[in-house]
Amino acid sequence: MTGFFAVIGRDLRLGLRQGGDLLTLVLFFVIVGVLMPFAVGPDKTLLARLAPAIVWVAALLAQLLSHDRLFRTDFEDGSLVLFRHAALPLEAIVAAKLIAHWLLTCLPLIVATPVLALVLGMDGPAFRLAALSLVLGTPALAGFGAIGAAVTVGLKRGGLVAPVLVLPLSLPVLIFGTGAFDVARLGGSSQALLLLAALSLLSMVLAPFAAALALKISGE
Amino acid sequence: MVEPGLSVDALTVVRGGRVILTDLSFDVAPGEALLVRGPNGAGKSSLLMALAGLLDPEAGRIAHAKPDPEAPVHAHIHYVAQTPAIKSGLSVHENLRFWADVFGARGADIASALNRAGLGRLDGIDAGLLSTGQTRRLALARLVAVPRSLWLLDEPTNALDASGAAWVADLVSAHLAGGGMAVIATHLDVPLVGAVKTLTLDRGRV
Repeated sequence: MTGFFAVIGRDLRLGLRQGGDLLTLVLFFVIVGVLMPFAVGPDKTLLARLAPAIVWVAALLAQLLSHDRLFRTDFEDGSLVLFRHAALPLEAIVAAKLIAHWLLTCLPLIVATPVLALVLGMDGPAFRLAALSLVLGTPALAGFGAIGAAVTVGLKRGGLVAPVLVLPLSLPVLIFGTGAFDVARLGGSSQALLLLAALSLLSMVLAPFAAALALKISGE
Repeated sequence: MVEPGLSVDALTVVRGGRVILTDLSFDVAPGEALLVRGPNGAGKSSLLMALAGLLDPEAGRIAHAKPDPEAPVHAHIHYVAQTPAIKSGLSVHENLRFWADVFGARGADIASALNRAGLGRLDGIDAGLLSTGQTRRLALARLVAVPRSLWLLDEPTNALDASGAAWVADLVSAHLAGGGMAVIATHLDVPLVGAVKTLTLDRGRV
């Protein structure tokens, strides 16, 4: 387990010491959300109705930006090759990296959600639901993103290909994420939240294996 | 009981549709070093990658007889490639500590490994500030910090000064004296003490 926590600790340390990336991500998330009122116009009821969708799209786009850094630097400096000779399996290392990635790129977005809620005129319950749906749904986004990042790590311009691969996979997350707000359509928000949580569990379990396999192939 | 060693039989490696190594056979016994020589593009690095398990052989067999039959094959190999796997943003100490943890050597003495690599005084500085040669020394310090039986070194003396090259030679000689094995791809003379075999490759053949 030492190795597992060493990987999490290293990635957190690197992410926090190069704090610029983190800040950019949060700013991007907030700016996408802030753009919408300008595009839609100052219609408060319409905005409040669109708010969950806007929060989720902003989170999804911000997530897409961050995936590429998950494996790219480790690939370029040879760390990925050495991970193959670690005392723990590559799958465990990918899982550790995924946890650190979620802490570095998804948690800040959830923390920044109140800002968006304020701008979009969400009321208390809607904001709490938005934060909860993000907590439950973002692990799935991170998991799918990790698979995309692993598949494209060997490509020089992989940063552009990965989002195209990942977006279709992320669609169910978006549907259930915003569905949590739509009581009429999905018959109660708790079911959408449960499905969201199921997606996250599924992707967190499968992603390390799929991503590790992709990394092994791209290492040749 | 198999003698711990490395034996390669009729190895053929194909990379990107091209045949890189053809029908290569050799053995490395404990306490022995194999120097792999040859011009650029002869397949030295590919041979090391195949031995490290990073390339699947097209044909032939690589057999690792391990000191500990229970441990997986890759856990007794040190592979030092051209890429140093050193992170800027982490200190010299943190970099080596991290790899010792990941390689399962929890009680590794990082400070003394850094001292032996000649980096003792640079312990706390950001590894991104190291020169190319110092980065190389830090990468090689993993060999000291984490004991493993088979060393696969790809041009280990690249970017090192004369004293660095001598340090590498001493390091490998001590490793051999302790019953370890090493396969070293190099085009320079590494003055090793101990049983040294040489394999000269030319376009993937001996």
